[in-house]
Amino acid sequence: MTLASPSDFEDNLQPQGWLRYFSFSLDHKVIGLQYLICGFIFYLVGGALAGIIRTELWSPMSDFVSRETYNETLTLHGTIMIFLWIVPVVNGAFGNYLIPFYVGARDMAFPRLNAVAFWLIPPAGILLISSYFIAGAAAQSGWTAYPPLSLTTPAAGQVVWILSVLLLGGSSIFGGINFIATILKLRRPGLKLMMLPLYCWAMLGTSVLVVLSTPVLAGTLILLSFDIIAHTGFFNPTMGGNVVVYQHLFWFYSHPAVYIMVLPAFGLVSEILPIHARKPLFGYTTMVYSIMAIVFLGLIVWAHHMFTSGTPPWMRLFFTIATSFIAVPTGIKFFNWLATLWGGKIALNSAMLFSCAFIVNFVFGGITGVALAQVPFDIHVHDTYFVVGHFHYIVYGGTVFVIFGSLYHWYPKFTGRLLNEDLGRLHFLLTFVGFNLCFAPQHWLGLNGMPRRVAEYDPAFTTLNQLSSVGALLMAISTLPLLINVVVTAINGKKAGDNPWNALTPEWLTSSPPPVENWHGEAPLVTEPYGYGQHLEAKA
Amino acid sequence: MPIRTVLAVFTATTVLVITGLWVGNNVNLLPPGASSNASTYDELFKVLFSIGTVLFLGIVVLLIYSMIRFRRRSGDMSDGLAIEGNLPLEIVWTAIPAVVVLFVGLYSYDIYERMGGMATLNDHMAMDHGAMQQVSVKEGDTAGRVWGGIGVSGMEAAPGGPVLPVEVTAMQFAFIFHYPGSDITTGELHVPTGQQIELHMEARDVIHAFWVPQFRLKQDIIPGQPTVLSFTATRAGTYPIICAELCGPYHGGMRSNVVVQEPEAYDNWLQQNTPNSTNT
Repeated sequence: MTLASPSDFEDNLQPQGWLRYFSFSLDHKVIGLQYLICGFIFYLVGGALAGIIRTELWSPMSDFVSRETYNETLTLHGTIMIFLWIVPVVNGAFGNYLIPFYVGARDMAFPRLNAVAFWLIPPAGILLISSYFIAGAAAQSGWTAYPPLSLTTPAAGQVVWILSVLLLGGSSIFGGINFIATILKLRRPGLKLMMLPLYCWAMLGTSVLVVLSTPVLAGTLILLSFDIIAHTGFFNPTMGGNVVVYQHLFWFYSHPAVYIMVLPAFGLVSEILPIHARKPLFGYTTMVYSIMAIVFLGLIVWAHHMFTSGTPPWMRLFFTIATSFIAVPTGIKFFNWLATLWGGKIALNSAMLFSCAFIVNFVFGGITGVALAQVPFDIHVHDTYFVVGHFHYIVYGGTVFVIFGSLYHWYPKFTGRLLNEDLGRLHFLLTFVGFNLCFAPQHWLGLNGMPRRVAEYDPAFTTLNQLSSVGALLMAISTLPLLINVVVTAINGKKAGDNPWNALTPEWLTSSPPPVENWHGEAPLVTEPYGYGQHLEAKA
Repeated sequence: MPIRTVLAVFTATTVLVITGLWVGNNVNLLPPGASSNASTYDELFKVLFSIGTVLFLGIVVLLIYSMIRFRRRSGDMSDGLAIEGNLPLEIVWTAIPAVVVLFVGLYSYDIYERMGGMATLNDHMAMDHGAMQQVSVKEGDTAGRVWGGIGVSGMEAAPGGPVLPVEVTAMQFAFIFHYPGSDITTGELHVPTGQQIELHMEARDVIHAFWVPQFRLKQDIIPGQPTVLSFTATRAGTYPIICAELCGPYHGGMRSNVVVQEPEAYDNWLQQNTPNSTNT
């Protein structure tokens, strides 16, 4: 494979300036930012839906929206947040922007496929959201779409949901193939795999998961759509179908999906911490191996979502053990991050605050996760607000915090300007307080008898639900300082210079924002992306 | 390593472990238990809560301590120490979660076995041929039914004993209970304390779940897959039965009650309701 010459890129980038962000651009940096902005818009939509949910749950009665609308809302909230915000941003946005820099390439391996992968997302998202405005038509069976419920709720909405998720899954697979090819095949001469920044390893692992598991979801949803449209009986028990098989197939994708959301975040944090702590990443090799271990284990734990589905005891035993053991490679990563901070010169800027809060949130979610992996524990709290609290600690407290931290860290790369630190800290404070206020009480609610996905609940739970709703309101408010910050600093923010963090990873060794061909001249060979630190004495 | 560091680490660890144990044993997050397996569950919860508290506090304290102690002083543009790793240390913190997880796994296996969860594995593996997940356990009523996770062992221990069977039908959006022995149909489950109850559960339309938080018990009721769930209630009172699987618009309203009564009171209820009257 040969690197394209810069003139190819000029031909491909017809609209210049801001217009190129609305074009079929082949530039990985433009595509990365397209993913980021598009994803953030969907985050606001998904957040608004969360607002509807938390408003409904302000009182124990179902009195804000109709029951059908409530179920549509929770279905779309989950689907949008996962498939249109977290997965595209943490993979597509940062992956497309950073991976070519990290491997020393001028673009991704398949630029045209890359643009196709992005441009599948807006229509799929618009399709999904539009179904919401046709009365009684959007999908109402949750983001899990378990049959037979998904076979009996309004068919049009469910089919639109399936179509939309299939498009997004396709986009995800295209992206995954592209990342694997780029990381394995487009590395500049001399750059060995074990010299790559950790985010490359995270994206390699994630992409393997995407390519292995997403097709299973696609096949499952196609069968489900046959059941709905053509009245086949794959998952219809009245026709001899088996609904538990659907659950196995669904979770074969959807548990790895958690790692598809979380592993890239692990990678991004591994880039941010060493730079702002001015120390090498601690234990690079164990970090790489623990990513591989998580990828492997992530594929064999799906049935822990089905401990109350009548699964046989040997299966419960196996999945308990496999799931619990994910804590080992994950634990290694967290201790290595703590060791990276230890003895550093830590700059407590917004990027670092979000990254450190990620550690706190994720450790909490990880501990409740190990508890949930234990069958007897899970049997009580499965499908309750305990689980809702747990997974928001993982995907919001984990991944979304990292996305925000990454935004503060790489914004100067994207724009050449620094985000305002005061607004950044305000954003952090509101997010951190709001997040914990919103999701911590949900653990207690679940333990004491509040199931998930309900519009009405025991009046004894009112106070904690209101506390949770106040937290959600704070989270909504927290996006304001972020939006103001991004818009204002884009126009007249402090000039960042090419390398404001004094970083060693390759994306900072070019101008900010970078030229279309990424480097004026040859890509630099970075053999030690984490070579920070003073060598005061001979190493032990 | 200087002796002061060793002492500080030792003291901090001790304080941490004591705090964790205290929190796990004294902070009660669960509703009062009312079934024979609830106390076993609460025991597991205390252990998990203690371990979780120790790990969480330990990591958070370490993080905050690092953020404060190693913060960059203004004007200091130098780097930290160039420490790229430490194999013995990395082995230690691979071992810590591995040991914790191994302990938790074995312990929860033990708990699960005491709850009766492994009974079908131990006794009926041989019968599990062919039909996926169709672990047939007992002739008669329960043949071809899937066992819910808990409470089998008690039944196994008392063959022919006073097991009270109740048929449960779940539908959008109600539970219906039928007592085959006395032909009572009711929307509210009545059970006596101290007697093994065996719920024969079937779903009419979509997946529902039978959950009684005070029993620490939940089982999906899956169409096309009749299920058995057994338990023994221990404390008289009225507890909610909650549907825990999204089953449609009125899912949140799909609730009932289980009325646990002393055997005499239960017998009275049974007698009052047994004749052809089927008041619910």
